[in-house]
Amino acid sequence: MNISFWLNGVCVSGEAEPDTLLLDFLRQKGCYSVKRGCETANCGLCTVLMDGKPVLSCSVLAVRAEGHKIITLEGMQKEAEEFGSFLADEGAEQCGFCNPGFIMNVFAMLKEIPDPTEEEIREYLSGNLCRCSGFVGQTRSILKFLQYKKAQKEGEE
Amino acid sequence: MLKIRNYIKVKSVAEAYELNQKKTACVLGGMVWLKMGNRNVSTAIDLSGLGLDTISETEEEFVIGCMTSLRDLEVNPALDAFSHGAVRESLRHIVGVQFRNCATVGGSIYGRYGFSDVLTMFLAMDTWVELYQGGIIPLAEFASMKKDRDILVNIIVKKTPVFCSYISQRNSETDFPVLTCAASLIGEDAVTVIGARPGRAMIVEDTRGIMKGFKKMTKKQREAAIRSFAEYAAQKVPVGGNMRASAEYRKLLVKVLTRRAWEAVGGMKNEY
Ligand SMILES: Cc1cc2nc3c(=O)[nH]c(=O)nc-3n(C[C@H](O)[C@H](O)[C@H](O)COP(=O)(O)OP(=O)(O)OC[C@H]3O[C@@H](n4cnc5c(N)ncnc54)[C@H](O)[C@@H]3O)c2cc1C
Ligand code: FES
Ligand code: FES
Repeated sequence: MNISFWLNGVCVSGEAEPDTLLLDFLRQKGCYSVKRGCETANCGLCTVLMDGKPVLSCSVLAVRAEGHKIITLEGMQKEAEEFGSFLADEGAEQCGFCNPGFIMNVFAMLKEIPDPTEEEIREYLSGNLCRCSGFVGQTRSILKFLQYKKAQKEGEE
Repeated sequence: MLKIRNYIKVKSVAEAYELNQKKTACVLGGMVWLKMGNRNVSTAIDLSGLGLDTISETEEEFVIGCMTSLRDLEVNPALDAFSHGAVRESLRHIVGVQFRNCATVGGSIYGRYGFSDVLTMFLAMDTWVELYQGGIIPLAEFASMKKDRDILVNIIVKKTPVFCSYISQRNSETDFPVLTCAASLIGEDAVTVIGARPGRAMIVEDTRGIMKGFKKMTKKQREAAIRSFAEYAAQKVPVGGNMRASAEYRKLLVKVLTRRAWEAVGGMKNEY
Protein backbone atom coordinates (compact mmCIF):
# COMPACT_ATOMS: atom_id res chain seq x y z
CA MET A 1 0.00 0.00 0.00
CA ASN A 2 1.28 3.44 -0.81
CA ILE A 3 1.22 5.81 2.13
CA SER A 4 2.25 9.38 2.64
CA PHE A 5 2.52 11.52 5.73
CA TRP A 6 4.51 14.40 7.18
CA LEU A 7 7.77 13.28 8.69
CA ASN A 8 9.64 15.99 10.59
CA GLY A 9 7.95 18.62 8.49
CA VAL A 10 8.62 16.99 5.13
CA CYS A 11 6.06 15.03 3.15
CA VAL A 12 7.28 11.47 2.64
CA SER A 13 5.71 8.55 0.87
CA GLY A 14 6.51 4.94 0.34
CA GLU A 15 5.27 1.38 0.14
CA ALA A 16 4.19 -0.31 3.36
CA GLU A 17 2.72 -3.77 3.91
CA PRO A 18 -0.62 -3.83 5.75
CA ASP A 19 1.21 -5.10 8.84
CA THR A 20 4.31 -2.90 8.68
CA LEU A 21 4.70 -1.13 12.00
CA LEU A 22 5.38 2.58 12.03
CA LEU A 23 8.63 1.92 13.88
CA ASP A 24 10.04 -0.18 11.04
CA PHE A 25 8.79 2.21 8.39
CA LEU A 26 10.45 5.17 10.11
CA ARG A 27 13.75 3.31 10.29
CA GLN A 28 13.45 2.52 6.57
CA LYS A 29 13.13 6.26 6.09
CA GLY A 30 16.41 6.78 7.92
CA CYS A 31 15.11 7.70 11.37
CA TYR A 32 17.45 5.47 13.33
CA SER A 33 16.73 7.19 16.62
CA VAL A 34 13.48 5.20 16.66
CA LYS A 35 14.29 1.87 18.26
CA ARG A 36 12.61 -1.20 19.66
CA GLY A 37 13.41 -1.95 23.27
CA CYS A 38 10.74 -4.53 24.05
CA GLU A 39 8.09 -6.78 22.58
CA THR A 40 5.34 -5.77 24.98
CA ALA A 41 4.60 -2.06 24.46
CA ASN A 42 6.19 -1.36 27.81
CA CYS A 43 9.50 0.44 27.39
CA GLY A 44 8.69 3.69 25.59
CA LEU A 45 11.91 3.64 23.59
CA CYS A 46 9.98 3.79 20.30
CA THR A 47 8.10 6.99 21.25
CA VAL A 48 7.40 9.45 18.44
CA LEU A 49 4.96 12.34 18.26
CA MET A 50 1.85 11.84 16.14
CA ASP A 51 -0.02 15.10 15.62
CA GLY A 52 1.81 16.39 18.69
CA LYS A 53 0.94 13.46 20.97
CA PRO A 54 3.46 10.86 22.10
CA VAL A 55 2.65 7.37 20.80
CA LEU A 56 4.42 4.01 20.71
CA SER A 57 5.55 3.55 17.11
CA CYS A 58 5.98 -0.18 17.83
CA SER A 59 2.22 -0.49 18.22
CA VAL A 60 0.95 1.75 15.41
CA LEU A 61 0.52 0.43 11.88
CA ALA A 62 2.43 2.45 9.30
CA VAL A 63 -0.73 2.70 7.20
CA ARG A 64 -2.42 4.47 10.11
CA ALA A 65 0.09 7.32 9.81
CA GLU A 66 -1.44 8.25 6.44
CA GLY A 67 -1.95 12.02 6.32
CA HIS A 68 -0.69 12.58 9.87
CA LYS A 69 2.24 14.56 11.21
CA ILE A 70 5.03 12.45 12.71
CA ILE A 71 7.98 13.91 14.58
CA THR A 72 11.03 11.87 15.60
CA LEU A 73 14.16 12.90 17.45
CA GLU A 74 15.76 13.64 14.06
CA GLY A 75 13.27 16.49 13.73
CA MET A 76 14.16 17.98 17.11
CA GLN A 77 17.93 18.11 16.96
CA LYS A 78 18.34 21.62 18.32
CA GLU A 79 16.01 21.14 21.27
CA ALA A 80 17.47 17.71 21.95
CA GLU A 81 21.01 19.06 22.06
CA GLU A 82 20.04 21.76 24.50
CA PHE A 83 18.28 19.35 26.85
CA GLY A 84 20.87 16.63 26.25
CA SER A 85 23.57 18.74 27.85
CA PHE A 86 21.52 18.87 31.05
CA LEU A 87 21.19 15.09 31.01
CA ALA A 88 24.94 14.76 30.59
CA ASP A 89 25.68 17.28 33.35
CA GLU A 90 23.63 15.27 35.82
CA GLY A 91 25.28 12.04 34.76
CA ALA A 92 21.84 10.74 33.89
CA GLU A 93 23.02 8.94 30.80
CA GLN A 94 24.71 5.62 31.27
CA CYS A 95 24.47 3.50 28.12
CA GLY A 96 22.12 6.02 26.53
CA PHE A 97 19.89 3.42 24.93
CA CYS A 98 16.69 4.78 26.47
CA ASN A 99 17.54 8.32 25.51
CA PRO A 100 15.62 8.95 22.23
CA GLY A 101 12.24 7.79 23.54
CA PHE A 102 12.82 9.54 26.82
CA ILE A 103 13.66 12.89 25.21
CA MET A 104 10.63 12.69 22.91
CA ASN A 105 8.37 12.12 25.88
CA VAL A 106 9.98 14.93 27.86
CA PHE A 107 9.13 17.32 25.03
CA ALA A 108 5.59 15.96 24.83
CA MET A 109 5.24 16.50 28.57
CA LEU A 110 6.51 20.08 28.47
CA LYS A 111 4.01 20.87 25.73
CA GLU A 112 1.16 19.54 27.85
CA ILE A 113 2.41 20.69 31.26
CA PRO A 114 4.73 23.69 30.88
CA ASP A 115 5.75 23.79 34.53
CA PRO A 116 5.46 20.26 35.92
CA THR A 117 6.05 19.32 39.54
CA GLU A 118 8.41 16.47 40.37
CA GLU A 119 5.40 14.22 40.95
CA GLU A 120 3.94 15.13 37.54
CA ILE A 121 7.28 14.47 35.88
CA ARG A 122 7.45 10.99 37.40
CA GLU A 123 3.91 10.20 36.36
CA TYR A 124 4.29 11.45 32.80
CA LEU A 125 7.56 9.63 32.24
CA SER A 126 6.71 6.38 33.98
CA GLY A 127 6.24 4.69 30.59
CA ASN A 128 9.89 5.20 29.71
CA LEU A 129 12.09 2.50 31.14
CA CYS A 130 15.78 2.98 31.78
CA ARG A 131 17.73 -0.17 32.41
CA CYS A 132 20.77 1.55 33.85
CA SER A 133 19.37 4.02 36.33
CA GLY A 134 16.62 4.86 38.75
CA PHE A 135 15.60 8.07 36.99
CA VAL A 136 16.90 10.29 39.76
CA GLY A 137 19.45 11.96 37.49
CA GLN A 138 16.91 12.32 34.70
CA THR A 139 14.40 13.99 37.00
CA ARG A 140 17.08 16.34 38.30
CA SER A 141 18.10 17.25 34.78
CA ILE A 142 14.52 18.11 33.82
CA LEU A 143 14.09 20.31 36.87
CA LYS A 144 17.38 22.12 36.12
CA PHE A 145 16.43 22.47 32.46
CA LEU A 146 13.14 24.05 33.49
CA GLN A 147 14.92 26.49 35.81
CA TYR A 148 17.28 27.43 33.00
CA LYS A 149 14.38 27.97 30.60
CA LYS A 150 12.60 30.12 33.14
CA ALA A 151 15.67 32.26 33.77
CA GLN A 152 16.17 32.59 30.03
CA LYS A 153 12.60 33.77 29.60
CA GLU A 154 12.84 36.24 32.44
CA GLY A 155 16.05 37.61 30.91
CA GLU A 156 14.21 38.29 27.68
CA GLU A 157 11.40 40.16 29.40
CA MET B 1 3.93 -11.43 15.41
CA LEU B 2 0.66 -10.11 14.17
CA LYS B 3 0.28 -10.76 10.47
CA ILE B 4 -2.22 -8.84 8.37
CA ARG B 5 -3.02 -9.61 4.75
CA ASN B 6 -5.52 -6.83 4.08
CA TYR B 7 -6.13 -3.51 5.73
CA ILE B 8 -9.42 -1.67 5.26
CA LYS B 9 -10.34 1.68 6.72
CA VAL B 10 -14.09 1.32 6.71
CA LYS B 11 -16.59 4.01 5.72
CA SER B 12 -19.35 2.85 8.08
CA VAL B 13 -19.97 0.63 11.08
CA ALA B 14 -22.20 -1.50 8.85
CA GLU B 15 -19.26 -2.18 6.55
CA ALA B 16 -17.11 -3.07 9.57
CA TYR B 17 -19.75 -5.49 10.81
CA GLU B 18 -20.05 -7.19 7.40
CA LEU B 19 -16.29 -7.63 7.12
CA ASN B 20 -16.00 -8.84 10.70
CA GLN B 21 -18.32 -11.80 10.13
CA LYS B 22 -15.39 -13.70 8.68
CA LYS B 23 -13.60 -15.61 11.44
CA THR B 24 -10.15 -14.54 10.27
CA ALA B 25 -11.06 -10.84 10.14
CA CYS B 26 -10.25 -8.60 13.07
CA VAL B 27 -11.29 -5.16 14.29
CA LEU B 28 -8.37 -2.92 15.25
CA GLY B 29 -8.60 -0.85 18.38
CA GLY B 30 -5.34 0.77 19.41
CA MET B 31 -3.64 -2.53 18.52
CA VAL B 32 -1.48 -2.52 21.62
CA TRP B 33 -2.88 -5.81 22.83
CA LEU B 34 -3.37 -7.34 19.40
CA LYS B 35 0.20 -6.78 18.30
CA MET B 36 1.47 -8.99 21.11
CA GLY B 37 -0.36 -12.00 19.72
CA ASN B 38 0.50 -14.30 16.85
CA ARG B 39 -2.62 -14.00 14.79
CA ASN B 40 -2.92 -14.33 11.06
CA VAL B 41 -5.51 -11.74 10.16
CA SER B 42 -7.12 -11.85 6.72
CA THR B 43 -8.71 -8.41 6.97
CA ALA B 44 -7.84 -5.81 9.57
CA ILE B 45 -10.79 -3.50 10.04
CA ASP B 46 -9.89 0.05 10.97
CA LEU B 47 -12.65 2.13 12.56
CA SER B 48 -10.52 5.24 12.89
CA GLY B 49 -12.19 7.11 10.03
CA LEU B 50 -15.65 7.11 11.62
CA GLY B 51 -15.28 9.91 14.15
CA LEU B 52 -15.71 7.42 16.98
CA ASP B 53 -12.79 8.85 18.93
CA THR B 54 -14.63 11.50 20.89
CA ILE B 55 -16.46 11.93 24.18
CA SER B 56 -19.75 13.80 23.94
CA GLU B 57 -21.96 14.87 26.78
CA THR B 58 -25.67 15.59 27.08
CA GLU B 59 -27.85 16.35 30.10
CA GLU B 60 -28.41 12.62 30.64
CA GLU B 61 -25.26 10.84 29.59
CA PHE B 62 -21.69 10.67 28.34
CA VAL B 63 -21.28 8.95 24.98
CA ILE B 64 -17.75 7.68 24.55
CA GLY B 65 -16.77 6.48 21.07
CA CYS B 66 -15.02 3.10 20.99
CA MET B 67 -11.88 4.59 19.44
CA THR B 68 -11.41 7.13 22.23
CA SER B 69 -7.92 6.69 23.66
CA LEU B 70 -7.46 5.85 27.33
CA ARG B 71 -5.47 9.07 27.66
CA ASP B 72 -8.36 11.19 26.31
CA LEU B 73 -10.63 9.54 28.88
CA GLU B 74 -8.12 10.21 31.63
CA VAL B 75 -7.77 13.92 30.93
CA ASN B 76 -11.44 14.62 30.18
CA PRO B 77 -12.44 17.25 32.78
CA ALA B 78 -16.16 16.42 32.71
CA LEU B 79 -15.64 12.71 33.37
CA ASP B 80 -13.08 13.51 36.01
CA ALA B 81 -15.51 15.77 37.86
CA PHE B 82 -18.40 13.36 37.40
CA SER B 83 -16.44 10.40 38.80
CA HIS B 84 -14.72 12.40 41.57
CA GLY B 85 -11.36 11.61 40.06
CA ALA B 86 -11.96 7.84 40.00
CA VAL B 87 -11.78 7.49 36.19
CA ARG B 88 -8.44 9.25 36.11
CA GLU B 89 -7.14 7.16 39.00
CA SER B 90 -8.15 3.94 37.25
CA LEU B 91 -6.21 4.84 34.12
CA ARG B 92 -3.10 6.70 35.16
CA HIS B 93 -1.17 3.60 36.25
CA ILE B 94 -1.60 1.80 32.95
CA VAL B 95 1.90 1.54 31.45
CA GLY B 96 2.56 5.13 30.32
CA VAL B 97 1.17 8.18 28.56
CA GLN B 98 2.36 7.03 25.12
CA PHE B 99 0.68 3.69 25.67
CA ARG B 100 -2.57 5.30 26.76
CA ASN B 101 -2.54 7.55 23.70
CA CYS B 102 -2.66 4.33 21.65
CA ALA B 103 -4.93 1.97 23.63
CA THR B 104 -8.64 2.53 23.08
CA VAL B 105 -11.58 2.22 25.42
CA GLY B 106 -13.35 0.03 22.83
CA GLY B 107 -10.49 -2.50 22.77
CA SER B 108 -10.27 -2.41 26.55
CA ILE B 109 -13.96 -3.08 27.16
CA TYR B 110 -14.42 -5.48 24.26
CA GLY B 111 -11.45 -7.54 25.44
CA ARG B 112 -13.03 -8.06 28.90
CA TYR B 113 -9.56 -8.75 30.24
CA GLY B 114 -9.33 -10.20 33.71
CA PHE B 115 -6.74 -7.64 34.78
CA SER B 116 -8.70 -4.69 33.43
CA ASP B 117 -8.70 -1.48 35.42
CA VAL B 118 -10.97 -0.06 32.72
CA LEU B 119 -13.65 -2.73 33.10
CA THR B 120 -13.54 -2.45 36.89
CA MET B 121 -14.04 1.31 36.72
CA PHE B 122 -16.86 1.35 34.20
CA LEU B 123 -18.76 -1.36 36.09
CA ALA B 124 -18.84 1.07 39.01
CA MET B 125 -20.93 3.58 37.06
CA ASP B 126 -24.28 3.31 35.32
CA THR B 127 -22.61 2.12 32.12
CA TRP B 128 -24.12 0.68 28.94
CA VAL B 129 -22.51 -0.52 25.75
CA GLU B 130 -23.86 0.14 22.29
CA LEU B 131 -23.30 -2.80 19.96
CA TYR B 132 -24.01 -2.56 16.25
CA GLN B 133 -26.15 -5.73 16.19
CA GLY B 134 -26.83 -6.29 19.86
CA GLY B 135 -28.18 -2.82 20.61
CA ILE B 136 -27.70 -1.01 23.88
CA ILE B 137 -27.20 -3.32 26.87
CA PRO B 138 -25.85 -2.89 30.41
CA LEU B 139 -22.09 -3.26 30.69
CA ALA B 140 -22.51 -5.89 33.43
CA GLU B 141 -24.39 -8.06 30.95
CA PHE B 142 -21.80 -7.49 28.23
CA ALA B 143 -19.00 -8.32 30.65
CA SER B 144 -20.37 -11.78 31.24
CA MET B 145 -21.19 -12.52 27.60
CA LYS B 146 -19.00 -14.68 25.41
CA LYS B 147 -17.05 -12.84 22.72
CA ASP B 148 -18.90 -12.71 19.42
CA ARG B 149 -18.34 -10.88 16.13
CA ASP B 150 -20.33 -7.74 16.91
CA ILE B 151 -18.88 -4.23 16.82
CA LEU B 152 -18.72 -2.19 20.00
CA VAL B 153 -19.66 1.31 18.86
CA ASN B 154 -20.04 3.45 21.97
CA ILE B 155 -19.79 3.24 25.73
CA ILE B 156 -22.59 5.14 27.39
CA VAL B 157 -22.36 6.38 30.97
CA LYS B 158 -25.68 7.58 32.36
CA LYS B 159 -25.40 10.58 34.57
CA THR B 160 -26.99 8.89 37.54
CA PRO B 161 -24.97 10.67 40.24
CA VAL B 162 -22.07 8.59 41.49
CA PHE B 163 -19.80 8.97 44.48
CA CYS B 164 -16.96 6.79 43.62
CA SER B 165 -13.49 5.74 44.63
CA TYR B 166 -11.00 3.58 42.76
CA ILE B 167 -7.98 1.74 44.11
CA SER B 168 -5.58 -0.73 42.55
CA GLN B 169 -2.73 -2.67 44.06
CA ARG B 170 0.36 -3.19 41.93
CA ASN B 171 3.63 -4.96 42.66
CA SER B 172 5.36 -2.14 40.87
CA GLU B 173 4.13 1.03 39.22
CA THR B 174 2.82 0.53 35.63
CA ASP B 175 2.67 -3.26 35.97
CA PHE B 176 -0.63 -5.13 35.63
CA PRO B 177 -2.70 -4.78 38.80
CA VAL B 178 -2.72 -7.52 41.43
CA LEU B 179 -6.22 -6.49 42.44
CA THR B 180 -8.57 -3.67 41.49
CA CYS B 181 -11.44 -2.27 43.51
CA ALA B 182 -14.06 0.36 42.88
CA ALA B 183 -16.63 1.45 45.45
CA SER B 184 -19.50 3.51 44.23
CA LEU B 185 -22.80 4.94 45.29
CA ILE B 186 -24.83 4.94 42.11
CA GLY B 187 -27.87 6.94 43.14
CA GLU B 188 -28.88 5.13 46.35
CA ASP B 189 -27.22 1.84 45.43
CA ALA B 190 -23.91 0.86 46.94
CA VAL B 191 -21.93 -1.00 44.28
CA THR B 192 -18.58 -2.70 44.85
CA VAL B 193 -16.51 -4.03 41.96
CA ILE B 194 -13.45 -6.26 42.29
CA GLY B 195 -11.20 -7.05 39.34
CA ALA B 196 -7.86 -8.67 38.53
CA ARG B 197 -8.90 -11.50 40.89
CA PRO B 198 -7.15 -12.42 38.48
CA GLY B 199 -10.44 -13.27 36.76
CA ARG B 200 -12.72 -10.74 35.14
CA ALA B 201 -14.04 -7.86 37.21
CA MET B 202 -17.28 -8.64 39.02
CA ILE B 203 -19.87 -6.74 41.01
CA VAL B 204 -19.93 -8.06 44.57
CA GLU B 205 -23.55 -8.76 45.30
CA ASP B 206 -24.60 -7.53 48.69
CA THR B 207 -27.08 -10.34 49.35
CA ARG B 208 -27.23 -9.54 53.06
CA GLY B 209 -27.96 -5.86 52.45
CA ILE B 210 -25.04 -4.79 54.65
CA MET B 211 -24.48 -1.58 52.70
CA LYS B 212 -28.17 -0.84 52.15
CA GLY B 213 -28.97 2.77 52.99
CA PHE B 214 -25.28 3.69 53.25
CA LYS B 215 -25.95 7.22 52.12
CA LYS B 216 -28.15 7.97 55.11
CA MET B 217 -26.06 6.18 57.73
CA THR B 218 -24.33 7.99 60.57
CA LYS B 219 -20.55 7.90 60.74
CA LYS B 220 -20.63 5.07 63.30
CA GLN B 221 -23.08 3.01 61.28
CA ARG B 222 -20.97 3.47 58.20
CA GLU B 223 -17.81 2.33 59.90
CA ALA B 224 -19.55 -0.81 61.09
CA ALA B 225 -21.13 -1.48 57.70
CA ILE B 226 -17.83 -1.03 55.88
CA ARG B 227 -16.00 -3.36 58.25
CA SER B 228 -18.58 -6.03 57.95
CA PHE B 229 -18.95 -5.68 54.18
CA ALA B 230 -15.19 -5.88 53.67
CA GLU B 231 -15.15 -9.19 55.61
CA TYR B 232 -18.10 -10.42 53.60
CA ALA B 233 -16.46 -9.47 50.27
CA ALA B 234 -13.27 -11.33 51.20
CA GLN B 235 -15.34 -14.47 51.88
CA LYS B 236 -17.51 -14.09 48.83
CA VAL B 237 -15.25 -12.98 45.95
CA PRO B 238 -13.55 -15.88 44.16
CA VAL B 239 -9.83 -15.21 43.84
CA GLY B 240 -6.96 -17.20 42.40
CA GLY B 241 -3.19 -17.22 42.33
CA ASN B 242 -0.88 -16.43 39.43
CA MET B 243 2.67 -15.20 38.89
CA ARG B 244 1.82 -11.83 40.46
CA ALA B 245 0.20 -12.93 43.70
CA SER B 246 -1.23 -15.91 45.55
CA ALA B 247 -4.92 -16.46 46.20
CA GLU B 248 -4.34 -15.92 49.94
CA TYR B 249 -2.78 -12.53 49.31
CA ARG B 250 -5.60 -11.50 47.00
CA LYS B 251 -8.18 -12.52 49.57
CA LEU B 252 -6.54 -10.17 52.06
CA LEU B 253 -6.41 -7.45 49.45
CA VAL B 254 -10.13 -7.79 48.71
CA LYS B 255 -10.82 -6.99 52.33
CA VAL B 256 -8.38 -4.12 52.64
CA LEU B 257 -9.13 -2.42 49.33
CA THR B 258 -12.88 -2.76 49.80
CA ARG B 259 -12.59 -1.11 53.19
CA ARG B 260 -10.35 1.69 51.95
CA ALA B 261 -12.42 2.42 48.87
CA TRP B 262 -15.62 2.64 50.92
CA GLU B 263 -13.96 4.77 53.56
CA ALA B 264 -13.05 7.20 50.78
CA VAL B 265 -16.63 7.27 49.52
CA GLY B 266 -17.91 7.69 53.08
CA GLY B 267 -15.61 10.68 53.48
CA MET B 268 -17.32 12.41 50.58
CA LYS B 269 -20.36 12.84 52.76
CA ASN B 270 -20.45 16.61 52.51
CA GLU B 271 -20.92 16.30 48.78
CA TYR B 272 -24.11 14.24 48.86
C1 LIG C 1 1.87 -4.48 28.12
C2 LIG C 1 0.43 -4.18 28.42
C3 LIG C 1 0.08 -3.79 29.70
C4 LIG C 1 -1.25 -3.51 30.02
N1 LIG C 1 -1.56 -3.13 31.30
C5 LIG C 1 -2.85 -2.87 31.61
C6 LIG C 1 -3.23 -2.49 32.93
O1 LIG C 1 -2.40 -2.38 33.84
N2 LIG C 1 -4.54 -2.23 33.19
C7 LIG C 1 -5.50 -2.33 32.21
O2 LIG C 1 -6.66 -2.07 32.49
N3 LIG C 1 -5.16 -2.67 30.96
C8 LIG C 1 -3.87 -2.95 30.64
N4 LIG C 1 -3.57 -3.34 29.34
C9 LIG C 1 -4.65 -3.45 28.37
C10 LIG C 1 -4.81 -2.16 27.61
O3 LIG C 1 -5.15 -1.12 28.50
C11 LIG C 1 -5.92 -2.25 26.57
O4 LIG C 1 -7.10 -2.60 27.19
C12 LIG C 1 -5.63 -3.24 25.50
O5 LIG C 1 -4.40 -2.91 24.91
C13 LIG C 1 -6.71 -3.29 24.44
O6 LIG C 1 -6.91 -2.04 23.86
P1 LIG C 1 -6.49 -1.74 22.34
O7 LIG C 1 -7.11 -0.46 21.97
O8 LIG C 1 -5.04 -1.86 22.21
O9 LIG C 1 -7.23 -2.90 21.58
P2 LIG C 1 -6.71 -3.91 20.46
O10 LIG C 1 -5.49 -4.60 20.88
O11 LIG C 1 -6.66 -3.21 19.16
O12 LIG C 1 -7.95 -4.90 20.44
C14 LIG C 1 -8.24 -5.76 21.50
C15 LIG C 1 -9.40 -6.69 21.11
O13 LIG C 1 -10.60 -5.96 21.00
C16 LIG C 1 -11.16 -6.06 19.69
N5 LIG C 1 -11.76 -4.76 19.42
C17 LIG C 1 -11.16 -3.54 19.52
N6 LIG C 1 -12.05 -2.55 19.30
C18 LIG C 1 -13.24 -3.15 19.04
C19 LIG C 1 -14.55 -2.67 18.74
N7 LIG C 1 -14.82 -1.36 18.67
N8 LIG C 1 -15.54 -3.57 18.54
C20 LIG C 1 -15.28 -4.90 18.62
N9 LIG C 1 -14.07 -5.42 18.91
C21 LIG C 1 -13.06 -4.56 19.11
C22 LIG C 1 -10.00 -6.47 18.81
O14 LIG C 1 -10.44 -7.15 17.67
C23 LIG C 1 -9.20 -7.34 19.74
O15 LIG C 1 -9.74 -8.62 19.81
C24 LIG C 1 -2.26 -3.64 29.01
C25 LIG C 1 -1.89 -4.05 27.73
C26 LIG C 1 -0.58 -4.31 27.41
C27 LIG C 1 -0.24 -4.71 26.02
S1 FES D 1 9.46 -0.85 21.68
FE1 FES D 1 9.05 -0.98 23.78
S2 FES D 1 7.28 0.22 23.89
FE2 FES D 1 7.63 0.27 21.80
S1 FES E 1 20.93 4.86 30.25
FE1 FES E 1 21.01 2.76 29.75
S2 FES E 1 18.91 2.32 29.46
FE2 FES E 1 18.81 4.30 30.21
